[in-house]
Amino acid sequence: MASALLESLLGADAPVPPSASPALARVRADAAAKLRRDGLPGPRDERWKYTGLRALEQRAYVDGDCGAGHRAVDPSAYLLPGVDGPRLVFVNGVHRADLSDLRASPGLEIVRLGAEPQLFADALADASTADAFSLLNTALATDGMLLRVAAGAQLAEPLHLVCVGAAAEADIAWQLRLRVEIGNGGALRMIEHHLATDAHAHLGNVVADYRLGDDARLDLVQLQDAAEGAALVRRSRARLGHAARLRMHTVELGAQFMRHELDVALAGRGARFESHGVFALHGRQHADTRMQVVHDARDTECDIVWRGVADQRSRGVFHGAITVAAGADGADARLSNKNLLLSAQAEIDTQPVLEIHADEVKAAHGATVGQLDERALFYLRSRGLPLDLARRMLVSAFCGAVMAELEPVELRARIDALIAARLPQAEAAS
Amino acid sequence: MLKIDNLHVRVAGKEILKGLSLEVKAGEMHALMGPNGAGKSTLGNVLAGREGYEVTAGTVEYDGRDLLALEPEQRAAEGVFLAFQYPVEIPGVNNTYFLRAALNAQRRHRGEAELDSMQFLKRVREKLAVLHLKDELLHRAVNEGFSGGEKKRNEIFQMALLEPRLAILDETDSGLDIDALKMVADGVNAMRDPARAFLVVTHYQRLLDYIVPDVVHVLAEGRIVESGDKSLALKLEEHGYAGIAGRQVSPHAGAGAA
Repeated sequence: MASALLESLLGADAPVPPSASPALARVRADAAAKLRRDGLPGPRDERWKYTGLRALEQRAYVDGDCGAGHRAVDPSAYLLPGVDGPRLVFVNGVHRADLSDLRASPGLEIVRLGAEPQLFADALADASTADAFSLLNTALATDGMLLRVAAGAQLAEPLHLVCVGAAAEADIAWQLRLRVEIGNGGALRMIEHHLATDAHAHLGNVVADYRLGDDARLDLVQLQDAAEGAALVRRSRARLGHAARLRMHTVELGAQFMRHELDVALAGRGARFESHGVFALHGRQHADTRMQVVHDARDTECDIVWRGVADQRSRGVFHGAITVAAGADGADARLSNKNLLLSAQAEIDTQPVLEIHADEVKAAHGATVGQLDERALFYLRSRGLPLDLARRMLVSAFCGAVMAELEPVELRARIDALIAARLPQAEAAS
Repeated sequence: MLKIDNLHVRVAGKEILKGLSLEVKAGEMHALMGPNGAGKSTLGNVLAGREGYEVTAGTVEYDGRDLLALEPEQRAAEGVFLAFQYPVEIPGVNNTYFLRAALNAQRRHRGEAELDSMQFLKRVREKLAVLHLKDELLHRAVNEGFSGGEKKRNEIFQMALLEPRLAILDETDSGLDIDALKMVADGVNAMRDPARAFLVVTHYQRLLDYIVPDVVHVLAEGRIVESGDKSLALKLEEHGYAGIAGRQVSPHAGAGAA
């Protein structure tokens, strides 16, 4: 292991997380062994072509925050308008019952995996792909949540899942495992919310599995506003049954280094996936979103609309791959990714990939990288708007377009404001 | 109010204005006419401060100040307004939000108190009525999905709201049917004021039936080739621009012509 990151977390001196069951211990040991053997992906790995791991790999972390249970967190940091249902709060990856609100919601079962070793082992072992960060998560995660929505249960209140990053005595690597199962005909709204209470440079690693039964529905908002110095790696996997529907709104604003892999399997006939997302980057932020959608059944639909904005020396990467498997006739796949570069030093790499093995398919994809429309900018300025305000207005409008359908309206307004606050000030494009 | 002297402007390496001189005094309505390619729109864009227009010689004074040294938003705040020939659609930017931000930015620049939303809406309603524009346009994105006529009327509506001191109308009449033309003319005439000046750029005489100019200039090949009273527009209508070709160029056309 030439990796300070792996050495610090999995090396001979690194403590082994306590395991309450042999099954759990075995799953963890297997994952750790595999990761030690293979290491983190190198520059030749196509999947990591635009996101180098060298800088991250040279950093050492402490596994888990033993002080997470008593770090002061002001709830006003994470409260969101229009979101006042059950709330699950994690601080540096550790569940905080004192900050959470696990009110009884009929049809919703919340199981803390840290207290259920057998379920935890099952959830960990169920990793269908064994990429490096999922293995790291499996090897080290000591806590996680299993959320079950009963068949036919339509939850009225949105579930707020909060991941708070808080400064600690050292740079922490924290892991979180999440599994969401929605029974046939069930419906859940959920907000996955990443934020920081103060500056730090932790590494967060989240693996989330979403299983949607037939006719199930999940509305998922991902609001990522992690600390500016933090690294955050997330892997979301979703599997949709017959006529299930997954609708996502994703906003990537924070973190120094961000990688989000989203794998969606449209496994049941008539399953539908919608993803609206935006990233807005500045400074030296690096954000990489990698989506892989597979149409595995007939009459499945996916609609991906993403926008990206990169300012200063930031770099955005968007990879959107849609595969229509043989036999998945009647599939309808759309991908649009538009990007704005606000500085000559910023970079955005976008890769739409369509792979079609079925005969009767509707598919469309497009990706652009451009600059602010000078005509629009001049029009606004000619009416008296200062350059910086005119620029922000145009960039806000560009980003806001993909959030137009996000509900509730109060939450959308807050998210629009968060995006606007992160947008560049007056720096002129060159 | 506006004094342009020997203005030379290049666009994409090509000289478009070749020594244009023009003076507009407060309270005056000037019409600038000329064939396609004469440089009419270039003049409007240069005065409003659009990028990509290189002034190689000459001066533009506005209230005794060097207009060309100001940023576009400073010019706007100082009272210069350009009604665009092709108003830009800006998806996602709400019309009301944009106009209030623009008006208040101008007011801040001038050291005036900003308008709150009630005061702003009151003002908006007054001006909308003059242009026969529907309230509904306010709730849409700037110019998005507007018909050609609505876009042009929206320009005049913005002018009415922002109350500039020097308004430049760049072919605001093009593409308008007769009813829309009259509404635009009503909007402009309602704003005529001893303290305000207009420079109306047009290709056709038709608009000048409704907006009666004090002075008419003919622009050809980057220069003012003739200036006169409103009868000049009628002559042009009769003889075409070819009729004025080859005439002596007056070095200070327009100065004191009214």
